[in-house]
Amino acid sequence: MNTPEQTDIRIVESRLDPATAVLDQTVPAGAPWMGRVLRGQTLRILDLEGNQAVDTLFYAAADPGERYSATHTIQAQGRLYLGAGSVLMTSRGRPMLTIVADTCGRHDTLGGACACESNMVRYAIEKRPMHSCRDNFMDALAHESGRYLPRALTKRDLTANINFFMNVPVTPDGGLTFADGISAPGKYVELRAEMDVVVLVSNCPQLNNPCNAYNPTPVRMLVWDGA
Amino acid sequence: MPLSTATLPPLARAAIPARSTPYSPDLVLWDERLPGGCHWSGVIRRGHTLRLTDRDGRANVSALLISSACTSERYNMPDTLKAQHTAYLSAGCCCYSDMGRVLCSIPQDTCGWHDTVCGLLDDARLAAQYGRRTFQDARNGMYRSARSGLLIELGKWGLDERDLTPNLNLFSKVAPDAQGALRFDTAHRRPGQHVDLRFEMDTLVLLSAAPHPLDPSPTWQPGDVDLMLWRSGPAGLDDPCRLRCAENDRGLILTERHVL
Repeated sequence: MNTPEQTDIRIVESRLDPATAVLDQTVPAGAPWMGRVLRGQTLRILDLEGNQAVDTLFYAAADPGERYSATHTIQAQGRLYLGAGSVLMTSRGRPMLTIVADTCGRHDTLGGACACESNMVRYAIEKRPMHSCRDNFMDALAHESGRYLPRALTKRDLTANINFFMNVPVTPDGGLTFADGISAPGKYVELRAEMDVVVLVSNCPQLNNPCNAYNPTPVRMLVWDGA
Repeated sequence: MPLSTATLPPLARAAIPARSTPYSPDLVLWDERLPGGCHWSGVIRRGHTLRLTDRDGRANVSALLISSACTSERYNMPDTLKAQHTAYLSAGCCCYSDMGRVLCSIPQDTCGWHDTVCGLLDDARLAAQYGRRTFQDARNGMYRSARSGLLIELGKWGLDERDLTPNLNLFSKVAPDAQGALRFDTAHRRPGQHVDLRFEMDTLVLLSAAPHPLDPSPTWQPGDVDLMLWRSGPAGLDDPCRLRCAENDRGLILTERHVL
């Protein structure tokens, strides 16, 4: 585990008790997951074994034409990284969720999701058969999305996602790297929904770079009702 | 054996030009002015280069790139940045689709930094920063946001807001500090700077010349852009975009497999 030199890292712990959660599910390593979080509810994503990237997209439950937008979020906060206090914005410029607790300190929204096609470009053509986040997303779109949303999603609905627990530092001269994670076993991030949202997750199966410490592991999803 | 132009079968290698074609006025097919704040779209075929020139040093061009053969294949900001270990675009870069192919490459650029992480100026930000000016107020001097302009152009091709994904902001530099806080570089642009987008696939190109969303200027003064299309051919074996990194060599080979 690397300790980031940056001084902007804010650690904010939560008082929520897992015993009172209304949803508590474990997502196996490399698996997709979908769920619903209603306005006022809080979603916790818990990195059970450490350094596990959780590729995440959000859709407005009422109309998936409105979705998480990395660029609106970056533009609104004038910052590249996500952390406690970040407000995740929709593609129509509305607040979607707020990060209310975070024991990791920094999350990425520039690195996107791995796909077999980008793996072939980045690593080697022999990587084509390897499992990837985009395959998880496509699988969930085909089998699950119609049960959570007014219409089933298609590839057009996929956009630049959040990578919770992933560290993609950008230098002032514009360099970008996938660095070792700054997460650890038991670290978590919590988001309060500002509207009813549907969550689409790929628990990242990438084995070609350190985003999962070369060892993809399970994560736990918990939801609490609002106070 | 690792995939590279050095290991291609002779027939595949013979399909790639030995050298990239430099610009010459004899190769120009058309030119057109894109006035500041206005929007444009069109299909540009493989082997053609769109040269965009910032006339007055005030331009920003928000651009979407979509495969015209299959419109669900489109410019992918994260894949573009991570393949090339960069947070911005400049000479030598390729603009990747989500399918691991190169929609266009940037063989020449006198500007040095083009943003691709800040997104579009939308109606709310425009109104807050510049006020409102409608057609009735100002005829074609009306204020138009990049998001609205691009939605209009997308609609002409049967596309909609689902196809609005992170875009390019040509000519605009927004650099982060060590904590990731972003700053729009007001001293970056110069009159006459140009960037070449050389298309490696048939691509639907959608443009808005509205200001960058983080441009701090309090007055609406979007710069005009000259568009020029010239017949360049695709990236050759000696091309700086191909030679930049092994990732780009593989990306161009996978593109050639798709189109040849």
